[in-house]
Formats: sequence, C-alpha cells, structure tokens
Amino acid sequence: MRRSRFLPWLGFALGATYFLLPLIATFEFSLREKRDAYSFLAYANVLNDPNFRATFTYSVTVAIATIIVGVVLIVPAAYFVRLRLPALRPVVEFITLLPLIVPPIILVFGYIRTFNSSSFLPLTNSTTGTNILLTFGYVTLSMPYMYRAVDTGLRAIDVRTLTEAATILGAGTPTILARVIFPNILISVLSGAFLSFAIVIGEFVMASLLNRPAFGPYMQNIGANRAYEPAALAIIAFVVTWGAMGMIQLLARFAPKTSARQE
Amino acid sequence: MPAALRPNRIGEALASFGSAGILGVAPFLIFAIVFLIFPTLGLIGGAFVDKAGKLTLQNFVDLTQPTIVDAYVISIKVSAASAVLGALVGLILALAVGRGGLPSWIRSTVMTFSGVASNFAGIPLAFAFLATLGRLGLVTILLRTVFHFDIYRAGFNILSFSGLTITYLYFQIPLMVLIIMPAIDGLRNEWREAAETLGAGSWHYWRHIGLPVLWPSILGTLALLFANSFGAIATAYGLTGSSLNIVPILLYAQIRGDVLHNPNLGAALALGMIVITGLANVLYLVLRARAERWMR
Repeated sequence: MRRSRFLPWLGFALGATYFLLPLIATFEFSLREKRDAYSFLAYANVLNDPNFRATFTYSVTVAIATIIVGVVLIVPAAYFVRLRLPALRPVVEFITLLPLIVPPIILVFGYIRTFNSSSFLPLTNSTTGTNILLTFGYVTLSMPYMYRAVDTGLRAIDVRTLTEAATILGAGTPTILARVIFPNILISVLSGAFLSFAIVIGEFVMASLLNRPAFGPYMQNIGANRAYEPAALAIIAFVVTWGAMGMIQLLARFAPKTSARQE
Repeated sequence: MPAALRPNRIGEALASFGSAGILGVAPFLIFAIVFLIFPTLGLIGGAFVDKAGKLTLQNFVDLTQPTIVDAYVISIKVSAASAVLGALVGLILALAVGRGGLPSWIRSTVMTFSGVASNFAGIPLAFAFLATLGRLGLVTILLRTVFHFDIYRAGFNILSFSGLTITYLYFQIPLMVLIIMPAIDGLRNEWREAAETLGAGSWHYWRHIGLPVLWPSILGTLALLFANSFGAIATAYGLTGSSLNIVPILLYAQIRGDVLHNPNLGAALALGMIVITGLANVLYLVLRARAERWMR
C-alpha cells in the first residue's frame, strides 16, 4: 500500500466521466421538450403513447415466453448432460456458443429463408407463426447466457446425491427435475432469466425484419420522427436494463455458497 | 440401423444410460437443429447457388463490387478500432480498480455498472450519444459555448467512423472490464512479492510477469470485442439510419428490399460475416483456454 494511488484514481475518474456524461446529457436533453423550462413532457408523451404501451407489453410478453421456453429446454438438457451423458457435454456447449458466432441478423435472415411460405414449416405465413419464430429466435439469442447460468447453478449443488435421494424416495425423473433440481437452482435460473430479459426487451433487428410490433422497432421509429422523446426512451431503457441487472446482483446474494464443488 | 450401431463415445453413452437422458436432452438438440443449425446451414448453402439453384461461386466473385468491399473495410475498421481502444481502456480501468488500492465499493460499483453498460446497446445507446455528441448534444454545446470549440467544425461527426467508434466503446469497455477482471484477480500477490524480493520494480514486474500472464486473456478478449461489434447493427442503425455503409446495415437493406438484386449474393454477404465473427470467436476460445492455465 505504499504505492501512489493518484493514477488509479485518475483512471477511475476518467472512466466515470466517459460513462456518466452520456447519461447526464441524455437526461438533460430529455427535459428540453418545452422551450422555456425543463419539464418531463417528453416522458409524458412517451408514456401516454398507445403505441409505447402496446409495443412494450408485446416485448415483455415475448421476453417472458422466451424465458419459459428457454428454461424448459435448457434445464433438463444441462441436468442430463451433467448427470448421465457427460460425453454429450462438448456438443451441447458448442451449440450454446454458436449464437455468439452467428449474429442475430444472420439468424433472422436464415429464418426468413427457411420458414417462408413455401417451406416445410411455413411459420412466417401467420401472425402466430411469426410470433413463435421471434420467440424461438430470442431463445436462441439468450441460449449462451441461460445455459451458462443453469450450468453454474448445477455445479454449485450436489446433483448426484440429490437425484439418488429423490429416487430412493420413489420420485420419477420429471418429479426430480421439477421439485428437487429446479428449486435448488432457481436463483441461477432467475439470473439467467433477467439477463435474457435485458437482451430481449429492446432487441431491434429480429423484430424489425420479422415485422413484429416490438419495443425495439418502436424506439427506432420514434428516433426517426421525434426530437426529445428518443432521449426519454433511452433513459427508460437504461432504467429497465439497470433494473434487470440489479435483480441479478441482488439474487447473487441468495445463491448457495456451500455444498459440493467437484471441479 | 447400422448408423446407430456405429461404435462411438456418444453412442455408447446413449446406450448404457437408458432413455431418460436422451428424452431430456432431445428437445434441446432438436430445437438447436431446427432453429439454429438448419437455418444457418441453409443460408450458407444459399451462398453457393445462383437464382436458378445451380452450384456456382459467382456470388463470391460479386462480393468484390465496390459497395460491398467498402462495407467490409468500414466494418472491419470500426470493429478493430473499438476493440483495440475498448480493450486498452478496459484493461487500464480494470487494473486501476482491481489493483490500484482503491476502496472496495468502487470495485463493486464498477463491476455492477459494467454489467449494465455492456448490455445497454442498440437503439437507446444511439439516442444517448445523439443527445451527448450530436449537433445539439450537451457536450457539443458546452464545448462550443464555454470553450469556443466547435467539434463539428473541427471535422467530428457522430454519424461517422469516429462517432460510431466512440459509441461502441460504451459497451466494449465494460465488456473488457467484466472479462479481464478474473484474470487480473488471478495475478497472485506471491508473484509480485517474489519479483520485489529479487529486486524488480513496478515496471519490471509488469513487463516480465503481469503482462505476459495477462497477454492471452487480453488478446482473446480483443478477438471477442471485435466479433461483438462486427455483428452489431442496432446501435449503428439507430445512430445513422442506413446512411453508414457497414456490412450488417447493407445486409439489413438487402433482406428488406434486395438492394443487391440477388438474394444469393445476400447469402454470400452473410457467409462472409459468419466467417469473420467465427474466426474471431475461435481465436477467443483458444486463447481463453491458454489463459486458464494460469488460473487457480
């Protein structure tokens, strides 16, 4: 501790300036709607816009559907890979990394070509089909994060002992998954869920190219047509992201810190 | 079924552990095949055929037209600049916070904020930077009225290469901090003490121990940051509309309205993106594996 702390403080201060200035500037800008005085008029305009409510509700619904589908697919897969099929682990891990290599715009381009009206699974033909396609696209986008969260959760508990104990008591596999494993990794699942939520809620390119009335394309549209409302939307989006990440931080405090860590 | 009897590790595992395991993993695998692998392979296949469906390499020849080459050049320049600057600034910030002897609340604040900022990308981020460095942005106006320095007259434009790079740094720097911090935590105090016992100063310690240990992590994260910004479109689109010619925006316009007048050329454009982000990610994974030798 005899080294000077001046340089670390300077680095921190410069970093804080770069990261806080845009937030302050955006907030200040969002208050400028009335010419003569600061006001929250831009926020009122946004919050009273029926399109804001409709698209935000739509995106929240898709995000929740994404999380449910993701959990139902990934929790059993990660559980069985850990417990019974370790040989499949490299395959499953490779698949969960693929969405990082294939950018969303490529994935949705593939969807439009694969699931068009003349294909074996013409999902883009109907609104419901396109909604399902968007949800599945988001499940794919959030897969790397959800899988990692679930796998971390499974690593922190003694999966084998819990499974054996439940089997001895007469539980079948679905019961073990739903009533023993899932509650034990709930906190990890929830942090994966909040991260997925943060990624999905303002997503633009997939929703836009599938022509869905989601929050991302709505924001883009406002940005092209209004002056001060975009800044208000940016602040709202930042608060939503902060809320989702804050929940993850909060949850981390409740995560189990004991039990078997075999690796 | 001869294929099922082929002796391999996966087959043996499936055979010896009964049906429950397969039933549990199967939905995931089927989902991944139908909604991830198959559409991507279909797209890649599309790059190798012409409009009539005949095999051809013409699409790749057509990639050399000036608009497309320009788009790749600008994309690579923006990604490289934002990756290098993001990695450098992120490293300095992580070192300052993780090793600088600052109070511990600063470290936890920086880590939390990095988690938020690395996910605060896309359209809202573009709005934030327009409100900051746009023609009417707070910083632009402050610099003009207080310091009499007009950044726009000096050649800066938020809707340009430099503007896009500065904006991308808002999620690149935090991502670097998040990924490099565990590696910095892995630098053991014993190494520093041993070096100091042998007479090394700060410079010698970082030159011969600190940086060489961190180097694979730094390079790996650099590759990841490159891929991260190369595939990004929403921030650029929100910032510039379709006026900046980068690959994802060109591809977006192609998907929307076939601006290249050849859907299979669009597929070739997409394949080019996959190759670049794929290579960068492979580099990241290889270097991360190497970096982990020093951990624990």
